[in-house]
Amino acid sequence: MSDIPKADELFKSIDYNPPATGWMETPVDFSPGNWCYPAKPEKMEYMDSKLPGLWGPAREWNPGEMDWKLPANWKETVVNGFRERLSKFRTLQVFMDICVRCGACADKCHYFIGSGDPKNMPVLRAELMRSVYRGEFTLAGKIMSKFTGSRVMEEDVLKEWFIYFYQCTQCRRCSLFCPYGIDTAEMTMMARELMHLVGLNTNWIMEPVSNCNITGNHLGIQPHAFADIVEFMVDDIEEVTGRRVKAPLNEKGHEILFITPSGDVFADPGIYTFMGYLMLFDYLDLDYTMSTYASEGGNFGSFTNNETMKKLNAKMYAEANRLGCKWILGGECGHMWRVVHQYMDTMTGDTQGSQMTTPKSPITGTVFDTAAATKMLHITEFTADLMKHKKLNLDPSRNDHLRVTFHDSCNPARGMGLLEEPRYVIKNVCNNYFEMPEGTTREQTFCCAGGSGLNTDEIMEIRLRGGLPRGNALRYVQQKHDVNVMACICAIDRATLIPLADYWAPGVTITGTHELVANALVFEEGEERTMDLRQEPLPGYEDEDDNWTPPNMEDA
Amino acid sequence: MNALYSLLFVFLLVLIPLFGVDAAHMRTFFGVCIPVSAFIIFIIGFVYKVITWGRSAVPFRIPTTGGQFKSFDPKLFKQNKLDCPQTGAQTFFRMLLEVFAFRSLFRNTATSLHETKDGPVVAYKSSKWLWLFAIVFHYSFFIIALRHLRLFLEPVPFFVNGLEFIDGLLQIGEPTMYLADCGIVAGILLLLGRRVISPRINYISYVSDYFPLFLILGVALSGIYMRYYAKVDVIAVKALTMGMVTFNYVVPETIGVSFFVHVFLVSVLMVYFPFSKLMHMPGVMMSPTRNLPNDTRAKHHVNPWNDPNIKAHAYADYEKQFGVPMAEAGLPLDNPENGKAPEEEA
Repeated sequence: MSDIPKADELFKSIDYNPPATGWMETPVDFSPGNWCYPAKPEKMEYMDSKLPGLWGPAREWNPGEMDWKLPANWKETVVNGFRERLSKFRTLQVFMDICVRCGACADKCHYFIGSGDPKNMPVLRAELMRSVYRGEFTLAGKIMSKFTGSRVMEEDVLKEWFIYFYQCTQCRRCSLFCPYGIDTAEMTMMARELMHLVGLNTNWIMEPVSNCNITGNHLGIQPHAFADIVEFMVDDIEEVTGRRVKAPLNEKGHEILFITPSGDVFADPGIYTFMGYLMLFDYLDLDYTMSTYASEGGNFGSFTNNETMKKLNAKMYAEANRLGCKWILGGECGHMWRVVHQYMDTMTGDTQGSQMTTPKSPITGTVFDTAAATKMLHITEFTADLMKHKKLNLDPSRNDHLRVTFHDSCNPARGMGLLEEPRYVIKNVCNNYFEMPEGTTREQTFCCAGGSGLNTDEIMEIRLRGGLPRGNALRYVQQKHDVNVMACICAIDRATLIPLADYWAPGVTITGTHELVANALVFEEGEERTMDLRQEPLPGYEDEDDNWTPPNMEDA
Repeated sequence: MNALYSLLFVFLLVLIPLFGVDAAHMRTFFGVCIPVSAFIIFIIGFVYKVITWGRSAVPFRIPTTGGQFKSFDPKLFKQNKLDCPQTGAQTFFRMLLEVFAFRSLFRNTATSLHETKDGPVVAYKSSKWLWLFAIVFHYSFFIIALRHLRLFLEPVPFFVNGLEFIDGLLQIGEPTMYLADCGIVAGILLLLGRRVISPRINYISYVSDYFPLFLILGVALSGIYMRYYAKVDVIAVKALTMGMVTFNYVVPETIGVSFFVHVFLVSVLMVYFPFSKLMHMPGVMMSPTRNLPNDTRAKHHVNPWNDPNIKAHAYADYEKQFGVPMAEAGLPLDNPENGKAPEEEA
């Protein structure tokens, strides 16, 4: 990160005036930092063996070099793939035809707001494809290409796609403002499908995808290692609370299968969220199991093509059937919930076993009819229902040292409509809650700038630029209300918001929502805790910190 | 530059009927043949495009949600029924507002950057100008189109008379000035001005963005000229238009050349329409992010090309691969054989 300018300098460098040259004539910057590293050939060979024909040739290649080693028939493949998708996706066909270039979307994209690059205006990002659509498939575009902004598929065009369709996080903020609902996420998905056909890919997406197929999760954690990690967390919970919680794995005959993104078993602060789930379920004595085979809620396949999205998603029902679970409870994750809410039942609903039923809370008896088809419930719906029925003994004062705001993740906000439940949960466990400014929250929320598989460090400056709108809104509540924690319901957020906050609003930490819940959860009447899940002293117990030895150091 | 090209095109288009009618005396050609052919092309092109869209599959139900969804407890968490519809009826109202009130555009904001003493600030403020320009333009166009029904229907329907009365309520001038005539010209000029002046919008504008604006401006101005200045023989015009709809073509000699200019520009617009971005008119109703309810967790949606052959990596294979360490870690196995280390088998 050393060559990234300081926040103030970067802010000053943003210029919203377009360049003197037209966008088709403006060259694209292929220097390092503008693209994600390509996938390792062995990952592509593996994926090609599982889903043949979708990936182009596996090879070493470098976007910084002139020769991208495209297959000889790449142009034919892309153009034919484009034509095929026009009839498979009405979104693509309609969105290619009806944009009037009114520009309402232009300053809605976080990448445009933070960079000023006109090709980051959603309208122009889509024009990268639309120009080819007109030039290849429409009469007007073929005979009057100059006047209609049309062009044919060329290598430079494809390369430009690779840069800019991997500078879109599929957050759909532009789609909210578009008078026709044109959804750039959909354009990006299509462009990425087409690029995969000719072997243009990124390792940050393809390695998790192949890992997920083999080991059941993006991080490639093998089952025994997964069990070990969960065991460590159970130890840590015991350290903090004195209670040894259950953490059932791969057990048959339970009512509920719990699936959460694997990011939460891997790194701070996701692990605290995961510990939060374990504590909540143990408190409830919930009849549930987790699975190492279906140990991934997220779906990086959805960042590649619809086939891979389906293949990875299919594990959820397959595992619920194998274990005999009646319904699935899903953890905090953004794109996971877009897939679960808008795609899952359509793709794999026919594989649901007959044992599956509409989710019903065994604690409150609430039947969740809104999940009747998918049979999958969001953890904040589950917890909000518990809170409404006063089934949780909570001590929000344990979170009194926190001044909390909430970051709506793009997908639950604009691909689902889950806005109130997480707020309700947080307000039940925190006394100090503050909203970020209007226009940056709820359905108008800004992306963490690391969604859709862009949460990789080699494009850190792009991410930080895209993080400006969120970071600046966060800084506002930090200055105005002394906010020191931003809560979220997304595993990618829990990873990406940390560098974003460090850069734009230093001093704010990131937390999952169920970490806050678990910290406030009173296991037994009179239970006293001296530290939170991060093993930091709770208010009133700071002094004891001085002579406290970390548990793993006691023997030393 | 793109704007100038477009303006030039429209000028050239005006010249064609001027010469054609005045110099070449092709009155029937410009009065009947061209508009009738243009109308046929318009209808066929329009229907063809809409059918093309309709034939394209809707594999996934992906509405963009703009508010709270229907919760397990709608009292505790109130659903935003218009922006996050759960039922067909709610979706219908969402679309109604989208089509007739440009609801999404009404949401528009403008983003600006400021350096303040407290550091950088990104500010968002409501920006309804584009919405206003668009509403003025589209409604004026709509009213004018409806008023033109007078020429094609006999007797004239009551709502057309009513609309004319309201549209001319100010009773300025003789013949009475229509508000919609002012509205459409103002609307076009504002939309054009925005496209020319705003650097960002200018940057994304092609000839195909300016041309329809200039063309419609030409249609409006020629119509206004015809009505207020040339004072075209309306009775004769109606004889011509009624002749068209009754397939009894006549071109009365008393009709002035300005009428032919107007009709020619309208004909060009009709021919241009189905092949251009003007198809956003039917397209807005076909947009899958708006016209579908947000109910896919409650109701099954069918993807017509869903591939049943795509299956999850089988658990049996997973257990075969990791059975030994799984057994060591105490994880239950479906097939205990998988837990045996290879050397034990030997």
